[in-house]
Amino acid sequence: MSEPIVLQPDETFILNVGPQHPATHGVLRVKMTMDGEYIYNAETVIGYIHRMHEKMAENRTYPQYLPNLSRLDYLSAMAYCHGYVLAVEKAAAVEVPERAEYIRAITVEMNRISSHLVWFGAFVMDLGGFSPLMYAFDDREQILDLLEAVTGSRLTYCYFRFGGLYNDVDDDFIEGTRRFVKRMRKSLKMYHKLVTTNVILMKRLMGIGPVSAEMCQRYGATGPVARGSGINYDVRRNEPYSVYPEFDFDIPVYNEGDSYARYKVRMEEMEQSLRIIEQGLDKLPDGPINPEKKPKTIKLPPGDYYTAVEAGRGSFGIRIVSNGDKSPYRLKLRSPTYSNMHLFDEACRGMLIADALAFMGSLDLVIPEMDR
Amino acid sequence: MSLTLINVLAAVIIAIAFVAANAAYLVWAERKGAGFIQRRPGPTENGPWGLLQPPVDGIKLMTKQLLIPGGVDKIIFVIAPVLAMFPSIVSFVTIPFSDTIVAHNINIGLLMIFVFGSMSAMAILMGGWSSRNKYSMISSVRAVSQAVAYEIPMLITAITVVMIAGSLDLMEIVHKQSGGFWHWNIWPFQKGLFNILMPASFLIFFICSLAETNRAPFDLGEAESELVAGYHTEYSSMGFGLFFMGEYANIVIGACLTTILFLGGWDCPFGLFPGVWWFIVKIYILIFTFIWIRWTFPRTTIYSLLNLSWKVLIPISLFNLLLTAGLLKVF
Repeated sequence: MSEPIVLQPDETFILNVGPQHPATHGVLRVKMTMDGEYIYNAETVIGYIHRMHEKMAENRTYPQYLPNLSRLDYLSAMAYCHGYVLAVEKAAAVEVPERAEYIRAITVEMNRISSHLVWFGAFVMDLGGFSPLMYAFDDREQILDLLEAVTGSRLTYCYFRFGGLYNDVDDDFIEGTRRFVKRMRKSLKMYHKLVTTNVILMKRLMGIGPVSAEMCQRYGATGPVARGSGINYDVRRNEPYSVYPEFDFDIPVYNEGDSYARYKVRMEEMEQSLRIIEQGLDKLPDGPINPEKKPKTIKLPPGDYYTAVEAGRGSFGIRIVSNGDKSPYRLKLRSPTYSNMHLFDEACRGMLIADALAFMGSLDLVIPEMDR
Repeated sequence: MSLTLINVLAAVIIAIAFVAANAAYLVWAERKGAGFIQRRPGPTENGPWGLLQPPVDGIKLMTKQLLIPGGVDKIIFVIAPVLAMFPSIVSFVTIPFSDTIVAHNINIGLLMIFVFGSMSAMAILMGGWSSRNKYSMISSVRAVSQAVAYEIPMLITAITVVMIAGSLDLMEIVHKQSGGFWHWNIWPFQKGLFNILMPASFLIFFICSLAETNRAPFDLGEAESELVAGYHTEYSSMGFGLFFMGEYANIVIGACLTTILFLGGWDCPFGLFPGVWWFIVKIYILIFTFIWIRWTFPRTTIYSLLNLSWKVLIPISLFNLLLTAGLLKVF
């Protein structure tokens, strides 16, 4: 629009978006103070699906808490489990066989692709294009089938164990994954042709919801949101863990900071994940998937431990305070969506409601992970 | 006189049946089309290829409770869905399907369709306003500004065609285009004139009929990811059903008008066997295009929509009007 609109603070009404609204994809509530179709102020209200995951950890032993991790961000559950097992392994000094590390990286990256595919479909649906969702879910179905065969579940995985894995991968999985990588490359080309370069989509995303690098740092935003604003930070590269240093992959970074930049970052991340999967399959060593010696009961020595991993939505950190007991004294989850979401209040002022909801889609919010 | 009255009554009943059947089966076609575009089967459960889905849906809608929420403006709330459906049925009375199949041809048929067509925006405004729902209100305000913005270029392009045909009579407009596809108004050559903007006119008219019927990518009135369901958020049962059917009836009217004004009505593309079947084929091709567009493009925003109308479509159509007038005067 050509001229900036001067908003009238005394001629507003309050629009309650959510907790049940098609665009919030969950139970997020946004109290918008509107001047016509322009947003004067927006207040996010969270906590509708709070389940006290952090408190639950204090009453459970370390292995018992494993399934909880996949209930945070149900779309990229694998990365959250990865963060937790890494934290406990580091603290309890449990050795992990190399094969297990590679399989972990492969499955985490597959899960990242499936998470981004859901975002892609849901985001374009927020913009009013329904069909890409079906195509994205079709591709995602292949990942879910592959992971189901290995892990036993389709969404809320509990595949990683301290020091290893629940189950070894077989040749079918490796074959299937190679086939999937080929298929996914083709699909991504199609998505770029049909969606990324669509005029209406570009017009709706370019320059909409600009988030500066300074703002990202102020709110602690990470992941594709920060990388779309020119912050070159990825936990896999900056604080390497597991076998990620062995892989050759790029971190897509864009400086524009608008919704289109975030869109492109995620689309390119899928390509990079495919590269990691391919390399992982090539390098996959033989050997055991669980350590020979594993303590019967996991007890962490007293202390304060923090580990971060790159989840689908940003840097997921887990801090464990142990007093040497069978369960943690305190467990703190740093979930990326929680930080990313708080950008919304400040960034959406003066935006049209349609643009604001597109902007919200580009932040890729998963509400259960935010509320924990 | 009495014979005419009976004729009109019969025509209205047939028109209602035609509109209802079309609305019901366009929903089926839309769902099948969406399925085809999205690599899935669409409805399959009821009847062969899911063909019994529309009656089942209809029965479901009718047996639902008709809920009138507290706080709504009751009279307007009840009238609005009726008003959404009524003009579309009346419009069918003057639409000629072929030389003989027309309920009641009047010499200002085109004008009448536009008059009734503009009433649908009124229905949306009434429905949205009386609902006392903020989403509905935003939606109805959007719908009105959209209807105003898109009726103007639509009317101007229609006037261009009327000038070429020299009549507001839909029959006459079709007759002027008969004799093969090269006589249709969509082409730049008209009666010895070379009017380069005629294909653009056709596109403008088509885009406007998309916007007039609130179809994607211009479905801002019921933008579900922003406004939940827009003006019919508070409607249930057949109140919603009437709005829904009205939308599909408007699609059929839009396709009929486009066919009559630009694609030669029931005229055969090769000048052979003109008849109602050509008309049917043409409108369903257009309707399929409507469906195709809906499931392919994302939605625009209200401001880019208005910009498109006021800054692009209206100037082009006005220029075309002047050009056509000048050419008709000179030659």
